[in-house]
Amino acid sequence: MTRTLAEDESSALLAAHGVPVAPATRADGPDAAAAAAETIGYPVVAKLVGDAIAHKTERGLVRLGLRDADAVRAAATELLAAARPDDGEVAVLVAPMLRGTRELVAGLVRDPQFGPCVMIGFGGVLTEAVADVAFVPVPLDAVDAAEAIESLSTQALLGPVRGEPPVDRDALAAVLLGLGALAEARPDVVAVDVNPLIVVDGRPVAVDALVELDG
Amino acid sequence: MSEPRPRTDLTPLFEPRGVVVVGASSHPGKFGFVALHNIRAAGFPGEVYATNRDGGELLGAPVYPSVDDLPDGAVVDLAFVCTPAGANPEVLRSCARRGVRAAFIASAGYGEAGEEGISAQAELVALADELGIALAGPNGQGVVSTPASLCAQIVAPNPPRGNIGIASQSGNFVSSFMNLAVASGVGISRAVSAGNAAAVGIADYLEWFASDPETTVALAYVEGLTDGRRFAERLRAVTERIPVVLVKGGATAGGQRAAASHTGALASDDRVFDGVCRQAGAVRAASIEEAFETAATFATQPRLAGNRIAVLTTAGGWGVVTADAIHRSDLELLALPDDLRAAIDEKLPPRWSRNNPIDFAGAETRDTIPEVLDLVTAHPAVDGVVMLGLGIQSNQARLMRGGAFYPDHGLERIVAYHERQDGRFARAAAEASTRTGKPVLIATELAYADPDNAGPRAVRETGRLCYLSSERAVRALEHLWHDARHRARRAGS
Repeated sequence: MTRTLAEDESSALLAAHGVPVAPATRADGPDAAAAAAETIGYPVVAKLVGDAIAHKTERGLVRLGLRDADAVRAAATELLAAARPDDGEVAVLVAPMLRGTRELVAGLVRDPQFGPCVMIGFGGVLTEAVADVAFVPVPLDAVDAAEAIESLSTQALLGPVRGEPPVDRDALAAVLLGLGALAEARPDVVAVDVNPLIVVDGRPVAVDALVELDG
Repeated sequence: MSEPRPRTDLTPLFEPRGVVVVGASSHPGKFGFVALHNIRAAGFPGEVYATNRDGGELLGAPVYPSVDDLPDGAVVDLAFVCTPAGANPEVLRSCARRGVRAAFIASAGYGEAGEEGISAQAELVALADELGIALAGPNGQGVVSTPASLCAQIVAPNPPRGNIGIASQSGNFVSSFMNLAVASGVGISRAVSAGNAAAVGIADYLEWFASDPETTVALAYVEGLTDGRRFAERLRAVTERIPVVLVKGGATAGGQRAAASHTGALASDDRVFDGVCRQAGAVRAASIEEAFETAATFATQPRLAGNRIAVLTTAGGWGVVTADAIHRSDLELLALPDDLRAAIDEKLPPRWSRNNPIDFAGAETRDTIPEVLDLVTAHPAVDGVVMLGLGIQSNQARLMRGGAFYPDHGLERIVAYHERQDGRFARAAAEASTRTGKPVLIATELAYADPDNAGPRAVRETGRLCYLSSERAVRALEHLWHDARHRARRAGS
C-alpha cells in the first residue's frame, strides 16, 4: 500500500532537495485564505489540500486567477464544501498565480527493472497524450540531466517562445538532480509527480506536486 | 540485488586450441552433424574431435564414444554440446577430466522448458561453476570467432572477418547480423548466441569484447534482463572502452506501471530503456538493420569530431533529400566556407551548386571527384562527408555490356573507363577519410540493386559499408555524433 502527501507537504519535501517550488500558504478557512491572499498579492490560486487528495484538477479543486479578497473567500468556501468524507483533514492552499506559457512535467518513479528513475518532459493536462518525456536512472549527474533534456523531441518549446526567454537548461537540470537526490535520501518515496512545472521568466517552478510514499 | 557472478574467462570459448563436438550425429539434418560440419568446413586450424555413443566415422574422421575416450594428449578447450539435457551433467564431468574449460550447450530442454527444465538448468550451472567450466547457452545456436577460424554453430552463415563483436539473446538475430556482414563485406570478430544465458549473459560477453583486441565495437540484441540495474552499470563500464550498439525486443510490450502518478503511467519499458542507454553511453538502434549499419560505421569509419556535414553529389535531387535528412537530425549541414567554395570553383565550371550540398551538376571530368573530395575532407570546417552518385556510370556500363552492341561498336573502352572510375572514386573516399580522420560515407541504392556494380563493389573492397540510402548514412552519422558528444562531455565533467 502507498499513501500520498498533501500538496504543501509534497512541495516542502521537494524544496528541501533543491526543486524550486512556488510559495503557498495553508489556510483553515475562508477568512484565513483571504488574509493569506492579501499578504501574497493578487491574483492568487486557491486549492483544496489534504493527504488523500491526489488529482485536484480532475475533481475541480483548483481555482485560478482570484483577484480580490471576496473572490478568495468565495472560492475557499466552495472548495471546503467540496471535500468528501474520505478526504480526511483538508485545508485551503493559497499561492501566487504564476504566469508562464510553458508547462513542463517532472517526476520520479521506481522501475521494477532499473530502480529509481527521474523524468522530465512537456506537461500540463495533456502530458500523457503528448508523451514527450525522458527518463534517467538514479543516481544521475549534470551530463545525464542535460542529455535527458536534450533528448526531448520538441526542443523548440525550450527556446524563446511568445516573448518569453528560453528555458534555463541548468535550472531545469537542477530539478532532475533534486528529484534524484530525493530518491536517494528517501527510499520510502515511491513516486513523485511535479505537474505542472511552469516556466516563469525562463526558470522552472513547481506549482503542483504529489509525493507517493510506501506504507 | 543479486551479487555479480565471478568474472568468467571466455577466452577458451572464443580462442580454443581444440574443440570437441559432443553428440555428433551422422544425420546431416541434425544439429550434432551441422555443428561438426561447420567447424570442419570453416577450416578451424586446431584439433577437432567428435563423440557419440555409436562411434564410427564422420566427415572422414573417427568418432569417439565419449570425451573420456579422446586420444591421450588431445588438447581440447571447448566442448560444443548437442546431447540431450539428461546426459549433460556427465558430459560436463568428462569434459572437466579432459581439461575442457568452456562448453557451449546447444541442447534444449532447460529454462525454456518448464519447471523441470529450470531446475536442470540451475543444476548444470552449479556443476559448471564447481568444475570451473565457462558455460555458454544452453539452448543457444553457437559461437563464431573469425580470428580463430571458428564457426561452431548449428546455423549459417560463416561471416567475414572484421571487428564487430555480437552477443544476442536471440540466436536467429546472430544469423541476421552475420547475413548482413556477408552482404556488406563488413566483418565480424566474435558472435555468440547467448541462448538461455544461464551462466554467461550478454553483459559478460560485452565485457569480454571490451578487452578483446579483435573487437572495436559491440553489437547486442537483448530482450528480458534479469537484473536491469546491474546490467546498466556494467554496460556503462563497457561503453567507456568500446562503443556498444543495442537493439531491444519487447520494449513496447506492456511495461506501463499501474500507478496513481503521471510519471508512473509514462514510465514504459521503452522510455526507461532509452534513458538507461543514454546514461550508459550506448547507442540504441530501432531495428536490426540500423543496429548493424551503426556498428559497421563504428567499425570502419573514423569518429566524428563535430557535427558539420558536407554532402557531395553528382545530381541535385539526391543532395536535396540528404540535406533534408540532415536537417531532421542533430547534425548540421555545413554552410560552405568561402575559401572552400573558391577552391572548388577552380575545379568546376560555374554551374555547380556553389553551396552545400556540393552538387557537381554533371560538370565533373576525369579527376574532379577525387580532387574535390580531397579539398572537402581536408577543410577544417568539415567534420564528415556523405557522398552520393557512385556507380551511375557503371550502371550505364552494365547496360552496354549486357546489350546487343557489346563488345562491338567501340563500347569496350567506355565500359572499362566507367568501371575503373567508380572503383577509383570509392578508393579515393576511403583514402581521404583515413588520411584526414573524418568519416566519409558513400550511399547508393546500387548497393542492393546491383551489388556487382563497380562502385559498391569497390566500397566493399575498401572494407567499408556502402550505405543503402542517404537517410541511413545520415542516421549512422547521427549515432556517431551522439557517441562523440557524450564521450566529450564525460571526459569534461
